[in-house]
Amino acid sequence: MAKKPQIAPHYAQIVKDNEPKRPLAANCLKAFAVGGGLCVLSQALREIFLFRGMSANEATAVYLVILIGLTALVTGLGFYDKWAQWAGAGLGVPITGFANSMTSAAMEHRSEGFVLGVGCNAFKLAGAVIVFGSVSAFFFALIKWMLGVL
Amino acid sequence: MEILMAFVKAFAVGGLICVIGQILIDVFKLTPAHTLCSLVVAGALLSAFNIYPILVDFAGAGATTPISSFGNSLLTGACEGARENGFWGLFSGLYKSASSGIAAAVVFAFAAAVFFRPKG
Repeated sequence: MAKKPQIAPHYAQIVKDNEPKRPLAANCLKAFAVGGGLCVLSQALREIFLFRGMSANEATAVYLVILIGLTALVTGLGFYDKWAQWAGAGLGVPITGFANSMTSAAMEHRSEGFVLGVGCNAFKLAGAVIVFGSVSAFFFALIKWMLGVL
Repeated sequence: MEILMAFVKAFAVGGLICVIGQILIDVFKLTPAHTLCSLVVAGALLSAFNIYPILVDFAGAGATTPISSFGNSLLTGACEGARENGFWGLFSGLYKSASSGIAAAVVFAFAAAVFFRPKG
């Protein structure tokens, strides 16, 4: 096995010292305000659909589709990434961040063609979420099924 | 008054989930992809212990808008499927309640790639 180069720990220290400090409090405040605001918008849509007689599950499905559609539009016009840079997790964590990652990947690779570009790359970032969500949910549900506690 | 409280709860819970995401990025130095995957797995796990549905009842859109609800709806679907059709229902049910989100994201992402060009 190769000997670990002597320079490594020293270099890591230099990198650490020169790393720009992340303004944690400000970032969290922005994430809270923007993410919370987005949820209030969703809640408003939800209340409207509930008022019009939809069930909670139907209303949720419909306003998620509306949010995803709006995100695709705003991403297409080039605004979402600018806003997300400012808001951080506030625009990354809501479902709109998922829609944004698919839309921007699809747009970015459009020049490689619809099949090889858009088709092959649309799930580039969103795929990780789907894979880990599906596998974990599958096994948690499997365990619950085996224990008979569904 | 009740409706005002619903908005306050949605704001607080949705905002807090986003703050958790921001802390995972800034303090634990996770990449955004790792952060989203962690939140989805956490959502599925909380759902497995029947905690996430309580959160949805409490906060409404504050709990269903963040990506963690994706894990919740995947698990809910798989459990419903298994309740109806046993083992094979785990497969047929997994995407049942998450399907509209995935379908919308695919269709609208494709449409955006057709109609818009990337800027800068």
